[in-house]
Amino acid sequence: MLRLAPRLLRRSLARTFADVPATPTQDSSFVQAWQKINPNLDPPKTPLAFMTPRPPTPSSIPSKLTVNFVLPYQSELASKEVDMVIIPATTGHMGVLPGHVATIAELRPGILSVHEGSSVTKYFVSSGFAFIHANSFADIVAVEAVPVDRFDPTLVQKGLAEFQQKLAIASTDLEKAEAQIGVDVHSALNSALAG
Amino acid sequence: MASSGGAVPFWRAAGMTYVRYSNICASLVRQCLKEPYRSESLSREKVHFSVSKWVDGKPEKPVVREDSAE
Repeated sequence: MLRLAPRLLRRSLARTFADVPATPTQDSSFVQAWQKINPNLDPPKTPLAFMTPRPPTPSSIPSKLTVNFVLPYQSELASKEVDMVIIPATTGHMGVLPGHVATIAELRPGILSVHEGSSVTKYFVSSGFAFIHANSFADIVAVEAVPVDRFDPTLVQKGLAEFQQKLAIASTDLEKAEAQIGVDVHSALNSALAG
Repeated sequence: MASSGGAVPFWRAAGMTYVRYSNICASLVRQCLKEPYRSESLSREKVHFSVSKWVDGKPEKPVVREDSAE
């Protein structure tokens, strides 16, 4: 009964994971050591064997950029093909087109715009990171990203005034830093709502 | 990027970690939202966890903490 187990297991595994390369992603020395100890059981699959291989870098520049834009609580865009995204990096607004050089960018509070054909979707991003890979895949992770029309301008103005005041009266380094963050976020929101 | 050990961001210089900076930015953004979205998003800030301090290798009684919008 137990002798048949590896054969049944192999057959069911072959059916469900047929498109994943099994042996190349397995450590051959581990497999050999396993076979020596129990030749009747198949070696266990490691997590690496279940991962789909990274899409290869194409030789010619692809026509579209594939974007994965995720937040901690939902995924905004999952493998969406777009023409361009403009990300608010700490070094300034960066336009990412297909064929962009591989980059890791830290995002600052600002507007992220996704350009697809003639439509533009804008999100205000609080902070996060953007990973652009050599094969025209972009992974953007943010803590909060909200479409610009969901903001209340009066709250933004009030917040800006409040933090500018806090910055003026701040004494310790930490208070100054927190007030500065408040001023940065609110002024970015202000210019986002205006422009 | 400034990774030569020279200019660090102002929040890092003041002793704040990136995680804290990012969470402060996110909560400020949430405070500026319009009404229905604002109450939904403030529910995302709630944390619920239990902490127990260890003294002399033994845990003390755990304390359940429920913070919302620090």
